[in-house]
Amino acid sequence: MDLPVWQAMYEELGAKGFVPIAVAFDSAGKAAVEPWIAAAKPAYPCLIDMRHIVAELYDMVNVPTAVWIDERGRIVRPSEAAGSTDAFRTLDRKTFAMPEASMKEMQAKRLAYQNAIRDWVAKGAASKFALSEAEVLRRMHTPGDADVRAAANFRLGEYLHECGYAAAAQKYFTIARGLRPESWNYKRQAMSLADPTNPLSAAGPEFWNAVDELGDKKYYPPVEDI
Amino acid sequence: MADTPINLIYGERVTTGVPAEVRGAALWFRAEDLARATGWVFKPEGLCKGALCVPVPPARAGEFAAGDRYNLTAIAQLLGQPIVADEEHHTWCVGEAAAERARTLRSLDAPDFSLPDLAGRMHSLSEYRGKKILLVSWASW
Repeated sequence: MDLPVWQAMYEELGAKGFVPIAVAFDSAGKAAVEPWIAAAKPAYPCLIDMRHIVAELYDMVNVPTAVWIDERGRIVRPSEAAGSTDAFRTLDRKTFAMPEASMKEMQAKRLAYQNAIRDWVAKGAASKFALSEAEVLRRMHTPGDADVRAAANFRLGEYLHECGYAAAAQKYFTIARGLRPESWNYKRQAMSLADPTNPLSAAGPEFWNAVDELGDKKYYPPVEDI
Repeated sequence: MADTPINLIYGERVTTGVPAEVRGAALWFRAEDLARATGWVFKPEGLCKGALCVPVPPARAGEFAAGDRYNLTAIAQLLGQPIVADEEHHTWCVGEAAAERARTLRSLDAPDFSLPDLAGRMHSLSEYRGKKILLVSWASW
């Protein structure tokens, strides 16, 4: 979990006009996120998004995913992996041990991402990491008909789940997952709600099978310049 | 045909127990219920919400209005909005149109939203205007 990382960055850069806003895509709501937030003690806004509203608005399909927004409210980096890499795929699934090289890769990528934020906070629009409008648009994925149908099915499922119809909810989560297979949010949220007493329900065999099915494709598409 | 009370999720608005007549895949509301649950009102100039009016093709007027009833399914299709239903639980959901979603996103103006923190206090993105914001997702799962 990255909440303590964003807290450290807020302590370092908050006085320079930087603020992280963390949004939890958690249909199980407060009960699910409270232990994590209590442990991280964030001084920045840490919000609960049961309906994955921000995921739909900003076209986010995974966590952690971030968007950079400047002082004028303009998007200067579109939805992208926030310092994560596919190195986690080398994890030993029994012992949870990680090869040394993967550990180093993860740490290096995370540091590079934090340094990009530092550069942006120091230089503003002059930072090479604050992208031009043309570049933001080039990188940005535009939601299509299947994506909004997926979102409507997910929303219907989430509502039914809130109403206590857990089995009916899964039917619509499955449709959403089929319409937008690249959304790990839909997949993992559905896995988690299907088996709520198991804290690793979204990181079990069903998850790893889905990761393996990616083959050569990336779980976290690489960020070109970080 | 008799009215059934349905639950309608319309974007961020949720209205429970709205009387509607379900005819096949079509959902027919009275004008006041349509306005209450979706914000749309039929006027001579077309389908209107606030200052925005969308013309309805005259040749297809019968698909949208019949007697004192208005067809939400036809409206959603006209606007390019996805509509899904769980008939067992009398619940319908109308989502955002892809073109509208894309237009908003590609304007590069960060879309505003309001969400609660752990204490239940609401925060809007727009409250943080003037700062450099890292809007970042996470999850407990």
